[in-house]
Amino acid sequence: MSNSGTIEWDYAPAPERIRPDISDEYGLFIDGAFVEPESGESFKTVNPATGQTIARVASAGAADVDKAVKAAKAAGGKWSRLKPTERAKFLFRIARRLQECARELAVLETMDGGKPICESRDVDLPLAAQHFFYHAGWADKLQWAFPGCTPRPRGVCGQIIPWNFPLLMAAWKIAPALACGNTVVLKPAETTPLTALHLARVFQEVDLPPGVVNILTGAGETGAAIVDHPGVKKIAFTGSTDVGRGIMHALASRDVPLTLELGGKSPNIVFADAAIDQAVEGVVSGIWFNQGHVCCAGSRLFVEESIVEPFVAALRERMGRLRVGDPLDKNTDVGAINSREQLNRIEALVACGQEEGAILHEINDDPLPKRGNWHRPCFFTGVEPSHVIAREEIFGPVLSVMTFRTPQEALRRANSTPYGLAAGVWTDKGSKVFDIAGALEAGVVWCNTYNKFDAASPFGGCKASGFGREGGRHGLRPYLNLRSSGA
Amino acid sequence: MPTPVDAVMLQQRAAQLGRRSIKTTSKAAALQMAVSMLDLTTLEGADTPGQVRALCARAKAPCPRDLGIDVPPVAAACVYPRLVPAAVEALEGSPVRIASVATAFPSGQSSLDLRLKETQAAVGAGAHEIDMVISRGLFLSGRQRDVVDEIRMVRAAAGDAHLKVILETGELETADNIRRGADCVLEAVASESDLGHGEVFLKTSTGKVSPAATPSSVLILLEAARAHYRSTGIRLGVKPAGGIRRSKQALHLLVMVRETLGPHWLTPALFRIGASSLLDDLVRQLIKLRSGRYASLDEVGIT
Amino acid sequence: MSDRLDIIKTCKLFIGGKSPRSESGRTIPLSDSGGRVLARIAHASRKDARDAVDAASAALGAWRDSTAYLRGQVLYRWSEMLQSRRGELVETLQATTSMRVAAARKEVDASIDRVVTMAGWCDKLDQLLGCRNPVAGPYHNHTLARARGVVAVFAPSSPALLGLVTLTAAALVPGNTLVVSVPTEAALGAVLLSEMLAVSDVPPGAVNILTGPREELLEPLGGHGAVHLVLGSGLAKGERTTLRHAAADSILRPVICLDLDEAGFHDDAQAASPWLLEGLVDFKTIWHPAAI
Repeated sequence: MSNSGTIEWDYAPAPERIRPDISDEYGLFIDGAFVEPESGESFKTVNPATGQTIARVASAGAADVDKAVKAAKAAGGKWSRLKPTERAKFLFRIARRLQECARELAVLETMDGGKPICESRDVDLPLAAQHFFYHAGWADKLQWAFPGCTPRPRGVCGQIIPWNFPLLMAAWKIAPALACGNTVVLKPAETTPLTALHLARVFQEVDLPPGVVNILTGAGETGAAIVDHPGVKKIAFTGSTDVGRGIMHALASRDVPLTLELGGKSPNIVFADAAIDQAVEGVVSGIWFNQGHVCCAGSRLFVEESIVEPFVAALRERMGRLRVGDPLDKNTDVGAINSREQLNRIEALVACGQEEGAILHEINDDPLPKRGNWHRPCFFTGVEPSHVIAREEIFGPVLSVMTFRTPQEALRRANSTPYGLAAGVWTDKGSKVFDIAGALEAGVVWCNTYNKFDAASPFGGCKASGFGREGGRHGLRPYLNLRSSGA
Repeated sequence: MPTPVDAVMLQQRAAQLGRRSIKTTSKAAALQMAVSMLDLTTLEGADTPGQVRALCARAKAPCPRDLGIDVPPVAAACVYPRLVPAAVEALEGSPVRIASVATAFPSGQSSLDLRLKETQAAVGAGAHEIDMVISRGLFLSGRQRDVVDEIRMVRAAAGDAHLKVILETGELETADNIRRGADCVLEAVASESDLGHGEVFLKTSTGKVSPAATPSSVLILLEAARAHYRSTGIRLGVKPAGGIRRSKQALHLLVMVRETLGPHWLTPALFRIGASSLLDDLVRQLIKLRSGRYASLDEVGIT
Repeated sequence: MSDRLDIIKTCKLFIGGKSPRSESGRTIPLSDSGGRVLARIAHASRKDARDAVDAASAALGAWRDSTAYLRGQVLYRWSEMLQSRRGELVETLQATTSMRVAAARKEVDASIDRVVTMAGWCDKLDQLLGCRNPVAGPYHNHTLARARGVVAVFAPSSPALLGLVTLTAAALVPGNTLVVSVPTEAALGAVLLSEMLAVSDVPPGAVNILTGPREELLEPLGGHGAVHLVLGSGLAKGERTTLRHAAADSILRPVICLDLDEAGFHDDAQAASPWLLEGLVDFKTIWHPAAI
């Protein structure tokens, strides 16, 4: 052929150039203002892709927590008695303002947490705004959400959120709490405090009354002080099962309503009759989305034995196309691991998998950046259900591939875990979809899709993955006291 | 057994690939590459030899010389069979190949005999490549076996000419049907033990029906070509055509090929874009990259 | 004095559809207000609790996966049994509490009616609590109200019958299976209930009844790995604390403490409300793409 010369072509670096307005230091957001901590302590937050310090943030001690809870309590009366439509309008305003400054916040999220900019831009920010918009509309309709009851706010809500979706988790927690007339003391994770603090700036910009939301940065002790504070009337926690268990113990002697969204080891089941090319995509977004730092990550893949070889080959090829590197590059698919500590944990579990005899497959060619925390996307074959990597949550880009022969076997293996957050099932046969989805022990089941989220869709787990729902009508329930109208 | 396709995840993946950021040197290279993969097409009832000559001149030198931008020739000029002689004359000595539609394009609604004869005539007149249409009537009435047989017969009639099989995705309507149509092509060539890379192409559309080369439908063809490669080691070509007018769409297609089939597939021997006005936008974008300003259509020497 | 000697019922536990004695061999006397021993109640042990959880786990599939219509009919059948033994229930209630006959009748009737109400909830709860969610994408997304699994129930000592019946029936509605701890004061009624349950088509093991002081059952039931929910009423502060620690220690699960007083239990708006039942179900959200 005359004109068959191949032109060499790859993507040039495409760094996101917008830079958010980052301060050198951040105080605590209490009663509508950024204030110095009573504790006098602060810590630094680091860009996990470069190892560079981005800013110093205050560390809230017990006295600061007390101040914040009192501010929230003081603001609560007026906020809960505000005409519901007015409360709705504040939430609508927040949603709109988030949409306006989405780009800067996306960059900030990526800098502070290490997730690829395409994800913060296309997933985290749009969903965070949607959560405020969705819940805004509930504020003046609560009596219709729970017919026969008079819903009342619980009061001051203590909310503790993780580092994998920092802003989105803040939105998940704050939006329903405010819509229901509560006030909030929220603690973002210590490795990713910045977007929550910038969300506080948004609250100032939209004139949210002081004290309605208070944001306290700090580590585990700050969270414990919030849980222990007698003024807090409801606790919502998203994070690890161990910490969740600790919170349940801490609250054992008090009648404080608690919702927990904890870890998972979610199964993703691929039947031979599935749309295979799309199933491969689903498995990819199930485990390598957000570096696998996803509580509902599809970390246990069960493939029907008859197709396991071509499926694994296709998965391997697809994994090889993932672009790992600078999270601020718009073409990066897999960014930096959130912290050194998390990287150590992932590496230890991968080593454990190899020791137990599973076979590791990873991308070998792309050089990783020299600084920062990185882990290549990978998967294991030859995994037995009893292996540690098939049982423990890794919270990293590591997939365990196992097989099954019949639907019953798939279900048994899928359900054989203490966790019950999410599950995936891939088959082109409708009746099988419904049967398997019904029998999977999980709060969310994605059929022929994975890792989909929506403000209108209740999310949450069962078994050791916690209890309570966030999103949808069901997500309002934890933030309300329901008293029967007849009583 | 048909290969099922899930339309939503398909669309999601196609859209995801459309969000790749192609800038600076990467963009310049991609625009050049898109030009080199173009089947510059005119398929109008009003086509004349004179107009085909103008098209061919553009095919050889897509950018007016006075602009001083080095742009490769396009891959092929694509015309109706009656105009193949005019193209042969105009393209003599150039690397640009001649593609002709055949088989009662665009509907395919004439007898098999006539369609085969038309194919032979186009090849006889000098066409290097034949763009055939499948009989959507046969396909949709469930006679997929007959579709496979017809493809084989047209392939035989086309002799050494390369064959592009147009599925007319807009009329097949569903993702499953499009994949089944592509699988008919895979099946038709499966028995050819000496099939070379790029001798047969999967092509989306005629350009006469909307929707045409949507990102999703292109992705289905890429996936089918990938499946064929995995099972036989033979690389089929893929050609999106219809509704591709902007450079951004062309870059999206190149990204889809790169990430679905790999960089080896990014050659005019294996990937083509069928379009008429796309070239104008590609050239404008090249001018922009060089001069920093957007050119008017008047400056790019449109035919 | 009659020349015929009464037959005294041996009060046993109810586990897996059978009526065993406590494996510990223990009994505990239940006296009336005058101090006369009415019965010797089986005093359930930790081991009995484990056996009961096993039985409830084994029965879960059958009860949970039965149709809601069938569960409704089974519960209604139970109300028929209650109705036919109404007099006996009233006598028992009177004997074990210092209730007047009118009050006892009122509680028994309320209990029967409560089961009827709950029977009707079976095939409606999911319609009220589940929904289709309008997500921003081409997906069919719906949330179902489903059984949580095995529920450990701690029945109140008062209202002895109505409390027990309400918690038991409510937990059965969505398809949970139960281990019910009944305090000694309410145990005689529970024994009658178990006899009725045994013949009312409730699958064996779907309801298991442990009688006697609950003190030593709090931890084994609250902390058992196969228990998915703890539901109690009339629990003291210390008991709640123990249950929550136990629940946190093994696998996490919610502990629901219903703060209903006697009037509350008599009030359908509170004690038969879908918002009470909401706590006894688990929500499952299912996504599926919708496109061709």
